[in-house]
Amino acid sequence: MDTFILIGITGIGLGALYFLVASGLSLIYGLMGVLNFAHGSFLTVGAFVGYWIATKLGPETSMVDFVIAMIVGGLAAGLFALLIEQHLNTRLYDRHIDQALVTVGVSLVVGAVLAGWFGNDLIMFPTPMWFLTAINVGGAMIPADRVVYIATAVLLLIGNWILLKYTRIGLIIRAGVENRNMVNALGINVRRAFSTVFFLGGFAAGVGGVLVSVYSNGVSPLIAGSYLIYGFIVVVIGGMGSVPGSFLAAMMIGVIRQFANYYVTGLGDFVVVILLAGVLLIRPQGLLGKVRA
Amino acid sequence: MNALSVKDLQVKINESHILHGVTFEVPTNKVTALLGRNGVGKSTTLRTIMGFYEGTGSIELNGKQILGMQTHKIVQSGVAFVPEDREVFATLTVKENLSLAARGKNNDEAYKVVYDLFPELDTRAAQQAGSLSGGQQQMVAIARSLLNKNEILLVDEPTKGLAPKLVTEVADVLAKVSQSTTMLLVEQNLALVKRVAQHVIVMDQGRVVYQGGPENLHDESWVHQMLGVSGGHK
Repeated sequence: MDTFILIGITGIGLGALYFLVASGLSLIYGLMGVLNFAHGSFLTVGAFVGYWIATKLGPETSMVDFVIAMIVGGLAAGLFALLIEQHLNTRLYDRHIDQALVTVGVSLVVGAVLAGWFGNDLIMFPTPMWFLTAINVGGAMIPADRVVYIATAVLLLIGNWILLKYTRIGLIIRAGVENRNMVNALGINVRRAFSTVFFLGGFAAGVGGVLVSVYSNGVSPLIAGSYLIYGFIVVVIGGMGSVPGSFLAAMMIGVIRQFANYYVTGLGDFVVVILLAGVLLIRPQGLLGKVRA
Repeated sequence: MNALSVKDLQVKINESHILHGVTFEVPTNKVTALLGRNGVGKSTTLRTIMGFYEGTGSIELNGKQILGMQTHKIVQSGVAFVPEDREVFATLTVKENLSLAARGKNNDEAYKVVYDLFPELDTRAAQQAGSLSGGQQQMVAIARSLLNKNEILLVDEPTKGLAPKLVTEVADVLAKVSQSTTMLLVEQNLALVKRVAQHVIVMDQGRVVYQGGPENLHDESWVHQMLGVSGGHK
């Protein structure tokens, strides 16, 4: 039973990291139809800025220092995402292949610049001592950092829900995911919503980047790779444009992957691909996605 | 005085030449019906006025050039649009659909006008628009366009696909709305057109072939020749 709980909760923790990457990807694709391959670079920028802040805040990182590093990393990634959207994507709306190519280019450039500056080796991310402890849940000793991943993902989900449900910009985003031409036809500049979504998506990815660095035992220009791929899988399984769908899919994938890897090492990726194929065959719009007219 | 003036409008979509120098005027405070067989470019004309398609020529709204402007700015200039197939936001509630459209700071009066016209929308405010019937969705689509002060209302086939009873309801609403609004109406239902239109434009193969009063709509042979349908005596 202890093992079951341990694997389940660490799986949810891993799912939380996937969700942080996927939530922005999902909204950006749902609203703008952009397959944003630069999303991994938002994560990397957030991770490096968070690392820089954490190292500046003191030789010993407190919980407050870590939260500040996480928020500043998220904000830096959000601003970087906004920069990319304003200067590259706005010139290429409705040119989907060009957008995909440009965002791939951005991710390559960011990776190369950071590799040239810091090298590709993992640099240890300063974390609070509390992260090295464990919490007893039903007899299973859960690494404390997993609780932070899960709490951050839940906070982000709630924040997203409040924004989308109770604000005008959220209403515009929800309507734009359905039919952005009609949003324009109501006299609303839907591109402002695009910028908001890019910033929020970048912020979530940046926060995710800091947490991924902790999970991966360090920061490196290469940390985003597998998370971006899993982010896309989560978006497809959860449904394009559905943040709750991304949350559900991320948790499912995290838990299934952990259990599969526990019983047969390396089986996790294979099981996730089978799950992806199954969803595409049975419910192509994803778990909570809507069929587009 | 013309609210809208379209001159030599040419539109190509994916290399297909759809509009070949469309020229017409929409008089202020009148309902102008834009008629023609299927595929002659009526909806394309409306959607080009809305800025969905690029074109050359001129489209002036009360003397101000709007061709080439972004859609949201055209709408803010005073053009409201009720699209073919309603295009309500299916996952949003009726109230959310309406509040998205309302651009004023204080919209209470506008909501009152809309709910007087469509009392059902008030009672169904919390219902998802996607779960409404076709007629109710059409009410939402028309209501959205009435929440702001408009210079002209573009309405694209409002009775398409509706049951006969609902066609009458929509016609009643359009007749009421037309008393206070300049309207450019694309419609296949000749009975409705005869009821509300004071000015008629007929298109054929991407060109305007008739522009004038609605009296010819009562001439069976003219209707058959121009529109390829019978119904001149309806």
